[in-house]
Amino acid sequence: MTSSSVVRASAAARAADARDPWRSRLTRADMRFAPYFFIAPFFVLFAIFGAFPLIYTGWVSLHDWHLIGDHTFVGFDNYTALFADPDFWNALKNTVGIFVIATVPQLLMALGMANLLNRKIRARTFFRMGVLIPNVTSVAAVGIVFGQLFARDVGLVNYVITRLGLDAVDWQANTWSSWIAIATMVDWRWTGYNTLILLGAMQAIPKELFEAASLDGAAPWQQFWRITVPQLRPTLVFTVIISTIGGLQLFTEPVIFGNGRMLGGTLGQFQTVTMYMYETAFQRFQYGYGAAIAWALFGLIVIFSLINLLIVRRAAR
Amino acid sequence: MSTMKAASVRLWRTSPATYIALIVGCVTSLFPIYWMFVVATRSNDVINDVPPPLLPGAALADNVGRVFANEHAAFAYGLVNSLVVSSVVTLSVVFFSTLAGFAFAKLRFRGRNGMLLVIIGTMMVPVQLGLIPLYMLMVKIGWNGHLQAVIVPFLVSGFGVFMMRQYASEAISDELVEAARVDGCSTFRIYWNVVLPVLRPAAAVLGLLTFMQTWNEFIWPYAVLDANTPTVQLSLSLLATAYYTDYAQVFAATALATLPLFAVFILFGRQIIGGIMEGSIKS
Repeated sequence: MTSSSVVRASAAARAADARDPWRSRLTRADMRFAPYFFIAPFFVLFAIFGAFPLIYTGWVSLHDWHLIGDHTFVGFDNYTALFADPDFWNALKNTVGIFVIATVPQLLMALGMANLLNRKIRARTFFRMGVLIPNVTSVAAVGIVFGQLFARDVGLVNYVITRLGLDAVDWQANTWSSWIAIATMVDWRWTGYNTLILLGAMQAIPKELFEAASLDGAAPWQQFWRITVPQLRPTLVFTVIISTIGGLQLFTEPVIFGNGRMLGGTLGQFQTVTMYMYETAFQRFQYGYGAAIAWALFGLIVIFSLINLLIVRRAAR
Repeated sequence: MSTMKAASVRLWRTSPATYIALIVGCVTSLFPIYWMFVVATRSNDVINDVPPPLLPGAALADNVGRVFANEHAAFAYGLVNSLVVSSVVTLSVVFFSTLAGFAFAKLRFRGRNGMLLVIIGTMMVPVQLGLIPLYMLMVKIGWNGHLQAVIVPFLVSGFGVFMMRQYASEAISDELVEAARVDGCSTFRIYWNVVLPVLRPAAAVLGLLTFMQTWNEFIWPYAVLDANTPTVQLSLSLLATAYYTDYAQVFAATALATLPLFAVFILFGRQIIGGIMEGSIKS
C-alpha cells in the first residue's frame, strides 16, 4: 500500500463518483478484490493438486499403507526399513551414477556449443534450432529410438563398434554399459537446451570486458576461462540445479530402455529411485513405503542441489 | 583506434573449424530423428539387416496403417486425447498465468510479495513427490482412467505466473493501467483490453512451451490412465513395450507422435529459442 496507489484509487473513484455513487462503490470493490480473484485460481488448484498431495505423502509415509483404505500408523518404520534396504541403495547408486556421467559431459558440451554459437556465424537460427530439436522430441520417443540404437544384435551403435574392430557390447546386460546408454539419451535430449540457456547469458556479458582483455593480449582461450565462465556463474548454478532435479528423477528413459519393466534389467543394474518408487507403490501396492521413498528422493534433491551449489560457486570463482 | 578495431575483429573472427564443430553438433542432434523417420518408412525384414538401412524406403503407408489398426495401443484415440489435453491445458495456463502475472506486477494488494514467494517456491517441488497421494486422490474421486485426471491438476502453472509477472513488470507502464482506470474500465477489462495485447508475445512463448511439455508428459499419464483412455505417449509406450519386434510399426508411431511437435517447432522455433534464452537472463 503505497501513497501513490491511494492517490490513484481516489482519482479513479472521483471520476466514477461524478457519474453516480453506486457505480463508485462498485469500482472501489473491484479495485480492492479483483487482484484476489485473479490469483485465486492458482492457489485453489495448487492447494488441491499440489500442496495437499505433498503433505499427504508425508502422512502416508508414516503408515503401513497397502491397498487404499487399509492402513496402520507405524511412525518412522518405513524410513528405517528404507535405509536398511539394499534395493533402495542399489537404485540410489544407479541414479547418482547415471546423473554424474550424464551431467558433467552435458554441461561441458553445452558450454562449448554456446561458445561456438556466440561467434559471428551464418545461418544462426538454423544452428540454434538444430541443437534444440532433441529437446522438442518426447522422452518416450527418445527411449524408443535410443533403445533401438543400443540394441545388442541389430543396433547401429554395435554395428559401428564391430566395424571398428571392437567387440559388440550387450548394452542392457551390464551396469556400466547400461548407465552409458541411458546417460547418452539424457545428454542428447538436454545438451541443446542448456546450450541456449548459456548462450543467452553469454550474450548479456558486456563486450567491453573482452575488448579490454584483447588489448591486454589475452588469447581467446584465456578470455573464455577468465571472463566468460566466471561471468556465467549464476547461470551455471541454474543449469546445474535444473540438471540435478531432472537427473535424480530419471524415469522414462530407463523404463523404456528396459521394455517397460520397472526392475531396470535382470539384476536391477539400471533401476532408478523413481522406478523403485513406482514399482513399490503401483505394482506391489505398498503406498506407505513408496511415499517414504518419495520423501527420501526429495531430501536427496535438496542435498545434491546444495552440494552442487557449493561446488559451482567455488569452481567458477 | 586501429588496435581497438583489430582487437574486436579478432574477437569475432569465425574460423572454418567453428562451422565444422557446429555442423558435427547439429548432425549428432538430428541423426536419431532422421533415423527414426527412415525406419518408419522401411519394412521389418530390411530393418534387421546388417548394416542397418540409412535411406528411406517405401513402406510408410503400410506401417502407419498397422499403427492405426493396432487395437491394443488405441493410437488414433491417443492422438486425439493428447490434442484435447494439450490444448485445454495450454489455454488455461496462458489465461490464468497472464491474469495472475498482471495482478502481481501491476496491482497493489495485501500479502502480494508473500504470495509471489509461495508461487516461486512451488516451482521447486518435484512432481514425483506427490505422485502417490495424487493417484490416491484420483481413485477417491473416481477420476483415474479419465482424461480430467491429466488435465485439471495442470490448469495452472507457477512457472507461468512467474514468467508473466516478470514480463508484465517491464512491458506495461503504470500510466497505461491508470489511464484505462480513469476511463472507467473495470480491472478485468483493463486486463482483457489493455494488458493481454501487450503480453501477447510472452504469452505465445508460454503457450508453446506448455503445449510441448503437456504433449510429452509421460510419468503421470502412465500412472493414472490406462489403455482405454491413453494419451499419445502412453499409446507409444504400450506399442513399444508390447511390439518391440515390429520396429517399423513402433517407429512409425514414434514419428507420428513427434510430428505435431516438429510442426510447432518449425513454425515458431525462433520464439521458442528466444523464450529459452530470455529466461536464463532473468532468472
